[in-house]
Amino acid sequence: MTDFSRRLQEEIPALRRYARYLTRDADRADDLVQDSLERAIAKRRLWHKPESLRPWLFAVLHNVHLNQIRRQTRQPAEVPLDQVFPQASRSEGQTNTVMIGQVMAALDHLEPQQREVLVLVAVEGLHYKEVAMVLGLPTGTVMSRLSRARERLRRTLAGGSPQTTATLRRIK
Amino acid sequence: MNAAKRPVTEQDLQAYVDGWLPPARQAAVEQYLAEHPDEAARMRDYRAQSEAVRAVMHDAEPAVVPERLLRAARGGGAGSGRSWLVRAVAAALLLAVGFGGGWTMQGVFGPSRDDWLAGLPADAELPRVATAAHRVYAVEVRHPVEGRAEEAHLMGWLSKRVGRPLGAPNLDRFGFRLMGGRLLPASSGAAAQLMYEDDGGRRISVYVETHPSESKVAFRFAEESGLGAFYWLDGRSGFALVGPLQRAELFDMAKAVYQQIEM
Repeated sequence: MTDFSRRLQEEIPALRRYARYLTRDADRADDLVQDSLERAIAKRRLWHKPESLRPWLFAVLHNVHLNQIRRQTRQPAEVPLDQVFPQASRSEGQTNTVMIGQVMAALDHLEPQQREVLVLVAVEGLHYKEVAMVLGLPTGTVMSRLSRARERLRRTLAGGSPQTTATLRRIK
Repeated sequence: MNAAKRPVTEQDLQAYVDGWLPPARQAAVEQYLAEHPDEAARMRDYRAQSEAVRAVMHDAEPAVVPERLLRAARGGGAGSGRSWLVRAVAAALLLAVGFGGGWTMQGVFGPSRDDWLAGLPADAELPRVATAAHRVYAVEVRHPVEGRAEEAHLMGWLSKRVGRPLGAPNLDRFGFRLMGGRLLPASSGAAAQLMYEDDGGRRISVYVETHPSESKVAFRFAEESGLGAFYWLDGRSGFALVGPLQRAELFDMAKAVYQQIEM
């Protein structure tokens, strides 16, 4: 197996997670991942080695997804996120169990554009420039969506009380 | 150039939350947060949010990868779990994608590629190598290290072989004690690995290598099958902190390593 294939295989769990987030359906997610892997293999010369593979693959997957929903007029299923990502039984219990219970529902209340930025940054650990690349946006837009997503999520989790202590400063 | 003196922006704070803050801005942001407890609380909330979303989405991950996906990654389409019709439609779609508009990556990887690569690591191999070395030696019961921490010459020896002065960072306040270190082969010559252990038997390692050319890259995070790695480039040296820990926990330790490792 080539080195490229081996690295593709390592990224499958992350791709499935992102695909499940996009499609909100486990089967459609795997179809999307398969199409994206095939495309990545066909287009591997567009990936330049020194950069991380993950953001490049995410960009491939994101674009395949956009083109599929554009052509099939199939919109992502309206399944709540906390059903798509059910909370596994967690033994730790020490960290913010309340927040973990509510966080997916709260995430669902964000505007999709804000939510996708937060997911790519927080869940997949992408850099802002990588997120910008995946979504085809300027980095500044990624930053402002991220900070709005975080503040809105924070307010929702705090019980919707208006948040007065800190005013968001302007982002350059 | 006086990166340490610029006023703290919202962008700095977001980068602080995500572990992307350049080392040069670290002190300024920490001081700002110490002086503004409300803001510090806001950043703690943001981190907790991220951890929670991350925990849920990672936990929900089915462990077994379907064979058809493994096969697709190998580049073998035959015998796929999907019908030929579905596959033909998919292939047609892919072609359409390729020739249609909206393919943003062409632009991204075109002339402007260097622009967006600015600030990204010149060496994406660093976390992979450091993680692989950790995987090999952290499980060793009898020989996790080559030279033990008690041996006075350990750091002198590693410094000499790696080609830069090295002081073993003290991670006591995180509950991790230095066990010792070892020399590893690296593309540039020799690399050093320092192994630490806590009372629960968890092990983390600090990986240091030197490069022929200078570069500066802020903390970046990589993760591979349960092992997290914070890594950064500073001058001619590349560093990585690797361990089976949560990102936030590793991040705090990576900062400590960064502050201490310059001898």
